[in-house]
Amino acid sequence: MTNIPETGRTPRVQIRLIVIQILVLSLLGTLGGRLWYLQIREGAAYAKEASGNHVQQVVDPAVRGSILDARGVPLADNETRLVVSASRTDLLKQKDDGKAVLTKLAGVLGMAPADVMMKVRLCDAKTPQPCWNGSPYQPIPITDEATPKQALQIRERAEDFPGISAEPQAVRRYAAPGKSNAAQVLGYLSPVTDDEIQQAQDTDSPYLRSDQVGRSGLERQYDKQLRGKAGVTRYEVDNLGRVIGEAEATPAEPGSNLVTSIDARVQRVAEYELNTAMKKARQQFDKITGTNYKADSGAVVVMEAKTGRVVAMASAPTYDPNVWVGGISAKDYAQLTGKKSDYPLLNRAIQGQAAPGSTFKVVSTAAAVEAGYEFDGHYPCTSAYSVGGQVFNNFEGESFGPISLGRALEVSCDTVFYGLAHNEWKKDGGINPKKGEPKDFFYKAAHQFGLGKETGVDLPNEVTGRVPDRQWKESYWKANKDAWCRTGKKDGSYVEKIAYENCLEGNKMRAGDEINYSIGQGDTLVTPIQEAVIYGALANGGTMYHPTIGKAIVSADGKTVSEIKPRKQGRLPITKATLKGMDAALAGVVTRGTAAWKFTGWPQEQIPLHAKTGTAEVYGKQTTSWLATYTKDYTVIMTIAQAGTGSGASGEAVRNIYSAMYGVQADGSIDQKRALLPTPQTALPKIQADGSITSPKISKDPAKDALADEEAAQKATSQGTAAPDGTQPAATTGSTGTTNRDTRRRQRRRGRGRGSRRACT
Amino acid sequence: MTGANGFSVSGYGPERAGWTRVFARDAMARRLDWPILLAAIALSAIGSLLVFSATRNRTEINQGDPYYFLIRHAMNTGIGLALMIGTIWLGHRTLRNAVPVLYGLSVLGILLVLTPLGSTVNGAHSWIVLGGGFSLQPSEFVKITIILGMAMLLSARVDAGDKPYPDHRTVLQALGLAAVPMLIVMLMPDLGSVMVMVIIVLGVLLASGASNRWVFGLLGAGALGAIAVWQLHVLDEYQIARFAAFANPELDPAGVGYNTNQARIAIGSGGLTGAGLFHGSQTTGQFVPEQQTDFVFTVAGEELGFVGAGLIIVLLGVVLWRACRIARDSSDLYGTVVAAGIVAWFAFQSFENVGMTLGIMPVTGLPLPFVSYGGTSMFAVWVAVGLLQSIKVQRPLSA
Repeated sequence: MTNIPETGRTPRVQIRLIVIQILVLSLLGTLGGRLWYLQIREGAAYAKEASGNHVQQVVDPAVRGSILDARGVPLADNETRLVVSASRTDLLKQKDDGKAVLTKLAGVLGMAPADVMMKVRLCDAKTPQPCWNGSPYQPIPITDEATPKQALQIRERAEDFPGISAEPQAVRRYAAPGKSNAAQVLGYLSPVTDDEIQQAQDTDSPYLRSDQVGRSGLERQYDKQLRGKAGVTRYEVDNLGRVIGEAEATPAEPGSNLVTSIDARVQRVAEYELNTAMKKARQQFDKITGTNYKADSGAVVVMEAKTGRVVAMASAPTYDPNVWVGGISAKDYAQLTGKKSDYPLLNRAIQGQAAPGSTFKVVSTAAAVEAGYEFDGHYPCTSAYSVGGQVFNNFEGESFGPISLGRALEVSCDTVFYGLAHNEWKKDGGINPKKGEPKDFFYKAAHQFGLGKETGVDLPNEVTGRVPDRQWKESYWKANKDAWCRTGKKDGSYVEKIAYENCLEGNKMRAGDEINYSIGQGDTLVTPIQEAVIYGALANGGTMYHPTIGKAIVSADGKTVSEIKPRKQGRLPITKATLKGMDAALAGVVTRGTAAWKFTGWPQEQIPLHAKTGTAEVYGKQTTSWLATYTKDYTVIMTIAQAGTGSGASGEAVRNIYSAMYGVQADGSIDQKRALLPTPQTALPKIQADGSITSPKISKDPAKDALADEEAAQKATSQGTAAPDGTQPAATTGSTGTTNRDTRRRQRRRGRGRGSRRACT
Repeated sequence: MTGANGFSVSGYGPERAGWTRVFARDAMARRLDWPILLAAIALSAIGSLLVFSATRNRTEINQGDPYYFLIRHAMNTGIGLALMIGTIWLGHRTLRNAVPVLYGLSVLGILLVLTPLGSTVNGAHSWIVLGGGFSLQPSEFVKITIILGMAMLLSARVDAGDKPYPDHRTVLQALGLAAVPMLIVMLMPDLGSVMVMVIIVLGVLLASGASNRWVFGLLGAGALGAIAVWQLHVLDEYQIARFAAFANPELDPAGVGYNTNQARIAIGSGGLTGAGLFHGSQTTGQFVPEQQTDFVFTVAGEELGFVGAGLIIVLLGVVLWRACRIARDSSDLYGTVVAAGIVAWFAFQSFENVGMTLGIMPVTGLPLPFVSYGGTSMFAVWVAVGLLQSIKVQRPLSA
C-alpha cells in the first residue's frame, strides 16, 4: 500500500496528523515508563506493602489453668458461659453499620440499645469505657450472662442477627468451695494494657491483645504458668476484613493448673472465725478509748510448721473476687479502692503490718540469751520499771517477783525484758555509744528472725515490716526532723513534746526506745506472715522457711508435674536448749499463762499447743491484738486491729481453727473422723490420665457444719466454762430470751472445746 | 467506492466459491485493518479475564455467580463486534448523512439522564438504568456524534473543494455543535467525559486544518476556564479532593487517596511477571474499588505484572498507531477528521485511565477502552472501530 492521498490534503493537515501521532505515542511511552518505575524499580516495596495489607490474626484464647487447693478442690477455675459477641467486620458490612441488628439484639438480651452499641465501639483516646480495646477482628463480647433461651433465639434466627454469635465460652470463676473466699490470696484478672504488651513483646511469653493478666495474688504470681499460650490463626482477609484464606495456625496451649497448699475447708473455717472474732470484738467495750472496739481489719495465717506451706490465709475485710470477672463495674471498683472503702483488696496477712506487741518477746528472749543471760536465771518481774523519771509499767501493773525467761514469756512480763534491754542499752554506751559497733543484741536478733524483710512468700507485693534499729532511726530522723523541729514544743501537748524530743535526738537510740522495743511496742512493725515464719520455726526446731502457697504446677495434660519445694530461709539464732525452754514456756502460756483462760479443756496431752499473746499499742488507735500459736505440725497466727488483747479477741477463734483441723470435740475428746486436717496434706491430688485432677466433695460450709453440731452439743451439756479473769467480755453472763444468733454467739464464746464437729467428706 | 471499481462482491467478476471469496484481494475482509481488529479483540479478551478475576469473589455484586461479569463482558464484546460490522456495512459516509438524527438522539439521551430517569453511580449522574441489570451511559455515544458532527461540518466545504481549510464560521458552528452536549454532560456532572470531549474537539480541530488561532485560542480558553473553575469553586468537594489525592494519596489515605494508594500498591506489587492470574492478593482481597471498571488495569498490573500490563499498553498502541495511519491515509478530510477524533478519544481516555491507576493522573470515572467492564462504553468503542474500518475499507485501492 502506498500513502498517496486521493484528495489534495494540505501539508498543514499532514503535519498536524504527525504531531497527533507523536503526541499519542509519547503518552503511551509515559505510561510504559511509569509502569516500569512502579513495577520494576519500586516493585519490592509495594509487594511488601501489599502483604501487610491483608494478613490479620485471630486469637483463640488459651484456657487459663485452675487454682486448686491441696486436695484438688478448685478455688479458681473456668466455667462455661453463654457469651454473645458481635463481629465488627460483619456489622460494618451492613447498610447502617449494624445499628438495626444491635438494637434488635438489645431487645433480646433485655439491654438498652445504647449500651450494646457502646460495647462494640472501639476504644481510642476520645472514647471512654465502655468500649472495646481489643483487635477489631476479634469478636467483641456483649454479655457473658446470656440465658440459654436468649442464645437460642439468636442462633435460631441467625439470618436476623448477621454478625452476632452466641457461643459457650470459658470464663474465670472463683468457685468459693465450701464458702471459702480467699479473695486476696487468689487475686484477680484484668485485661492486659498497652504498656504490658509493649514490655512483654520480646520475651518468651508475649501478651496478646485479648489476654487477661493476673493482677494480684496467685493469679499474678503464677500468671505465666496459668495463662498458657493462645492459639493464633493468621488469615488473609479482604478489604472488608472478610477471610479469603488461612495463612498459618498455631493451636492454643491451655495453661497449667496450680495446686496450692491451701485447704479450702480450713480456709473457710479461718475466714469464718476471723470474721466472727471481729464481730464479737466490736461488741466489746474498750475502757481506754471509752467506745466499743472497732476491729476494722484482721488476718489469719495457718501454716504447716515443718514446710512453710500455707494451709489457710484469710484477710478481713474481704470481697467477692467474681466482681472482676467480665470487667469490673465502676461502682464496684470504687467500693474496692475508694477512700471510703476499707481497702478489701489488701491481703493483710502479707501487707498488713503492726507492732507485734508481746508476741515479739520470743525474739527478745533469744536476744537476751545471746547476750549472755541465762534462760533459767532469775529476773525481777516488778509492776513497773523506771528509767530517768520515766515509768514503764508492766501490763496491768502485775508483778511476779524474780522469774525465769520462760516464765516471763508465759505470763508475758514486760518488766523483765525492760530490765534486760535497758542493761544492754547501757552496755552499748547509752545515748552516745562508744566508738565501734554497739552490740545491739536485741536488734540483731530481730533481723536474724527474718523481720524487716520479706519472707519471700509466693505472693506479690509483700511488705517488709520494720526493725527500728539505729540505722532506721537515723534515716527516719533525717526525713522528718524538719517537721519535728517546726512543730515541737518543750511544754506543749503530748504530740508536741514528742516532736520536740525527736527533733533534738530522734536519730539516737534512747533508753526508752530500746525498752519499748523489747516488748514489741514502738516503731517495730511485723506482718502476720513474718510471725508465722518465726513461730513455725519454733515449732519445727528452728528452721525458718520461705512460706509457699503454690505446691505444684501440673500441665493441662497432667504429664508434667513440677513440684514447688519448700525453701529454707535460715535458722533461728537460738540453741536447742533455749528452744526447748521457750517451747515449754509457750506451752505454759496455753496451760497456765495469758492464753490459758481461752484454752481450758484443750487436749494438751494429745495435741500440745503453744501460744503467745500480744497486745500492741498504737498511738491514737485501739490496741492491736495478736495471737501466735503452734502445734507440732501447724502454726496459726491471728491478728485483729483495734480489737483489744490477743487472747481476748482471738483466743476462741484460733482454738476453733485448731479444733476443726484436729477434730477436737466439745468435751475435749478427739474425733479423728471429724478432723479436717489432723496432719498436713503431703500428697498431691490425684491426676487422671486425661490431665484432669480429682477433687473430693466438700461440704457446703465447713464452718457452719461445726456450728450446727456445736449447738446440738451445747443443748446437751448446757453449761459453759467461765472465763478465768475479769477481762472476759461481759456477754458471757448470758441471758435468756436472746435470739438464736445471740445464743450461737454466746455458745461459741463459752469455750469451743464443747463443740463437736462433723467430719467433712 | 467498492461499487465503482467493478470488483465488488456483488459485481460482475468471476464467481468465487465459499470463504475464498471473502478473502479475495479486493474483498472487504482483505481490506479490513486486521491489526486494529485483532488488537481490539485481544484487548477485549484480556479484559474479560481481568474482569472475571476482579469479580469472581465479589458476591455482593455478582449475584452469587462468579461468571456473571465474565459472561456479560463477552456478550458486550460480541454485541460490540456486531455493531462494528453494522457500522462498516453502513459506512461512515452513510452515517454522515444521518448525523442530524444521531446527534439529536444522543443529546436527547443525555437530557434524559438529567430527568428522574437518570441514576447516579459513584457521584456521576450519568446513567439510565433500564432494569434487569442493564443500564446505559448516553454520554459514551455523544463522543461519537460529536466526532461525526464536527467532522461533517468541518470537512464539507473542504471535501467539496471549495476551500483548503474550514473557515471561521464553520469552526464556530462545529464548536457550537460540540458545546451543547458538553454543557449537558458537565451538568451531570461527568467531568471525565467532558475532559475526553474537550480533547476530541481539540483533535478534530487540529486534523481539520482549522486555523492555528483556533487551536491555541481553545487551549488558552481551556486553561483559563480551568483556573476559573478552580478559583470560583464551581467543582464539588469530592472532585477537588480527587484531584488533590492523585498528587498525594497520603493526604487522605482512608478517603479518596485510598483508591490511588491501593491501586498503586496493587500494580507495584506485580513486579515483572505478576502474581499470576487469579492470584493477586490485592485483587482477591478486593482492596481496589471499582476494579472491574475504572481500575481494571490494576488487575493486569498485579496479576500479570509488567509483561501483561505492558502488553495492554502495546495493544492500545497498535490500535492508536493504525488509527493514525487510517487518518493519514483517508481519501477525504471527513475520514481523516473522524479517525483523528477517534485517536484523540482513545488516546486520552487510555492515558487518563491507566495514568490514574499509576498515580500520574487525577481519578475520574473513565473506562479503559475494550478492557473495562461496561456495556455502553464497549459498544461505543467498537462502533468507533467500525468507523475506522469503514474509512479504511472505503478508501480506493491503490494499485
